[in-house]
Amino acid sequence: MKILVLVKQTPDTETKIRISANNMGIETDGVKFIANPYDDFAIEEALKIKEKGQAQEVVLLCLGDEKAREPLIKGLAMGADRAILVENAQLTQVDSLGVAKVLAAVVKAEGAGLVLSGKQAIDDDNMHIGPMVGELLNWPHINVVTKIEINGQTARVEREVEGGQVEIYETGLPCVLGAHKSLNTPRYTALQGIMKAKKKPFEVKKVADYGLDAATLVKGQKTILSGFMPPPEKPAGKVFKGDDVENLVEQVVKLLRDEAKVI
Amino acid sequence: MKVLVFIEQRDRKIKSSALEALTLGAKLAGSPKDCAALVVGHQLDDSVVGKLKGYGSDTTYVVDQPELKLYNTVLYAAALEQAIKTFGADLVIGLASPMGRDLLPRLAARLDGAIVSDVTALEGGGGKIQATKPMYAGKVLAKVTLLENAKQFVTIRPNVFKAESLGTGSSTVTKLDIKLPATSLKSVEVRKGANEKVDLTEASRIVSGGRSLASAENFKILNELADVIGATVGASRAAVDSGYAPHDMQVGQTGKTVNPNLYIACGISGSIQHMAGMRTSKVIVAINTDPEAPIFKIATYGIVADLFKAVPLFTTKLKKLLEK
Ligand SMILES: Cc1cc2nc3c(=O)[nH]c(=O)nc-3n(C[C@H](O)[C@H](O)[C@H](O)COP(=O)(O)OP(=O)(O)OC[C@H]3O[C@@H](n4cnc5c(N)ncnc54)[C@H](O)[C@@H]3O)c2cc1C
Ligand SMILES: Nc1ncnc2c1ncn2[C@@H]1O[C@H](COP(=O)(O)O)[C@@H](O)[C@H]1O
Repeated sequence: MKILVLVKQTPDTETKIRISANNMGIETDGVKFIANPYDDFAIEEALKIKEKGQAQEVVLLCLGDEKAREPLIKGLAMGADRAILVENAQLTQVDSLGVAKVLAAVVKAEGAGLVLSGKQAIDDDNMHIGPMVGELLNWPHINVVTKIEINGQTARVEREVEGGQVEIYETGLPCVLGAHKSLNTPRYTALQGIMKAKKKPFEVKKVADYGLDAATLVKGQKTILSGFMPPPEKPAGKVFKGDDVENLVEQVVKLLRDEAKVI
Repeated sequence: MKVLVFIEQRDRKIKSSALEALTLGAKLAGSPKDCAALVVGHQLDDSVVGKLKGYGSDTTYVVDQPELKLYNTVLYAAALEQAIKTFGADLVIGLASPMGRDLLPRLAARLDGAIVSDVTALEGGGGKIQATKPMYAGKVLAKVTLLENAKQFVTIRPNVFKAESLGTGSSTVTKLDIKLPATSLKSVEVRKGANEKVDLTEASRIVSGGRSLASAENFKILNELADVIGATVGASRAAVDSGYAPHDMQVGQTGKTVNPNLYIACGISGSIQHMAGMRTSKVIVAINTDPEAPIFKIATYGIVADLFKAVPLFTTKLKKLLEK
C-alpha cells in the first residue's frame, strides 16, 4: 500500500501575523514557513504504519510554492520516501474546493491506498480538505483522528468530538484520515537526516500534469476572498482594588454571570 | 432564498446552538415557508423535534432510521443531500461543531458548492452572501463572499449568533425516506469522556497559573476552581520552565493558542508571548498583586490581590452560584 500524506506550508507558529498592504493576505517577508503542525502527526503516523509493514511507501504531497520545499525536506528527513510539490503559482487565491480537486487528482494518479492529512491548517483554520478529498474520491473520511489501527483492508479509527467524547469507527480502505495532535509524537529529525533527505526524490509538478487546467479551477471557484481585517480591539476592562478581597471576588463573580454571561 | 438548517442532535438531544443556526436561517430566508430544519438520527419523536417550534421555519424534515443513531459522515451526507434536493435549498447552515465541520464540507464538495466555516458574522441574503471568519487563530478576520451561482454552505461558530423564538413557523414534520448508500464506514460506538478534560485549544473555560504559584502542589487550588466550572488548567512558560506544570499545559507563543469564553489568569504578568496565545479569549479575568501588571491591560475584569486568597474565594462563590 502507498500512503499519501497531505502537507501544507504554513507560517511558523511564532510568526507575528501582519495583514498585507492590499488586505488580501499576510506579510510573508522574513516569515519562516513550516509544515502545518497537524501534518507532522500525519507524517509520523504514515511512517509508523510503514514500519509495521502495512505500507510500502510514504509520499508527501503539497500544493504550494518554493516555501514548501524546506518543510517537505524535513518530512523526508523524518523518513518519508519522496515528495511531490504541485506548483500553485496560478492558484494562490483558489478556494479550498479548488485545492481539494488538485489533491484528489494527484491521489488518483498515484494510486494511493490511504491518505493522511492534518485535521486543520493553522492559517485558514478551515478543516475542509480532508472531508472534500474523501468526497471527491468517493472514499470515507474521518477527521480529528486520535487513534488508527490498520487490520488488512480495514481500519479501526477513533475521532475526538466535543466534551472529551470519542467516536469509534470501522472503515474499509482506501480512506482519508485527518490527524489530531494526540495521535502520536512526531519524531525528531537529526541534521544528517536532512542532508540525506536532500537526495530523496523530490518532484515538482504542474496541475496540467494531472489533467487539470489552472484557469478552469480559478473560474470554477465558488468563494472569493474579499479581504482581511484585524480583529476588533477589546473595550477597556474593569480593575478592582481594595483590602476586602472577598468583596472584590464577589463583584467579579456577579459580573461574570450578569454582564459577561459566561458562567 | 431557501435556507435549510442542519439541526444537530446527539443522544436524541438537540444542541442548544442549533437554535442559533435556525434563528439565523429564518432571518435570512425572510419567510417561514422558505426556511426548513433537518434533523437526522433515530427515534426522533416530538420530544426531540418539538423544540424547534416557533423558530421561524414551516418545515422540519426528519430522517429517522436505526442506522443513523450515531453520526456517520457518509450516511448523514446522504440524508442532507436528499433534504437539500427535496427542499430546493440555496443555503445550508450548520454549526461549526465536530459534526457540522465534518459534514458540510463533504456536501459542499459533492454539490460543487461554496463553503465558509466557523463563521462569526453573515451579511447579505437573496443571492451573494458575505461571511466573516477568523483565521490564524483569531489574529485575522477574513471576509469571504459566497457566490450565488452555487449552493452555499456555512457553519456558524456557537455562542456568537442569538437564538430567539420568533413565534412564527409551523414546524410541520415531514419524514424523508432515504435509501442509504452502501459504505464501508461503520460507526461502532461513542465512548464517553469519563472526566476527561477538554484540551486547552478547545476548552471553553481555562484557569491558568504563572510563576507565582511557586510549586507544582500549589496548582491544586487552580484544579479545584477548574473542577467547579468545568475548565481546563493552563500555565505560563515561567511556570512550565520552573517545573510546576508539564509543557502541554503551556499557553502562548511557544505553547498553545487558546480561544475560550473565559480565561482566568492567576499570577501571570501578561508578557507579549503569553498574550499571543490567549488574547482572543472572550472574557479575561486577571488576578495579580501588581496593579501595573500588563495583563490588566487586556483583562475584562481585574482583581489586584494575592491569588492564594482570591482563587479559593472564586471556587467557593462560583460553586454556590452554580449549585443554585
Ligand atoms: C521566544 C520566547 C517564547 C516564549 N513563549 C512563551 C509562551 O509560549 N508562554 C508564556 O507564558 N511565556 C512565554 N515566554 C516567556 C515570557 O516572556 C514570560 O517570561 C513568561 O510568560 C512569564 O511568566 P509569568 O507571567 O508566569 O511570570 P512573571 O512574568 O514572573 O510574572 C509573575 C506575576 O505574578 C504576580 N504575582 C506574584 N505573586 C503573586 C501572588 N501571590 N498573587 C498574585 N499575583 C502574584 C507578579 O506581580 C507578576 O506579575 C516566551 C519567551 C520568549 C523569549
Ligand atoms: N495546499 C495544500 N497542499 C497539501 N495539503 C493541504 C493543502 N491545504 C490543506 N492541506 C491538507 O489538509 C489539511 C486541512 O487543511 P484545511 O482544510 O485548510 O484546514 C491540512 O492539515 C493538510 O494536511
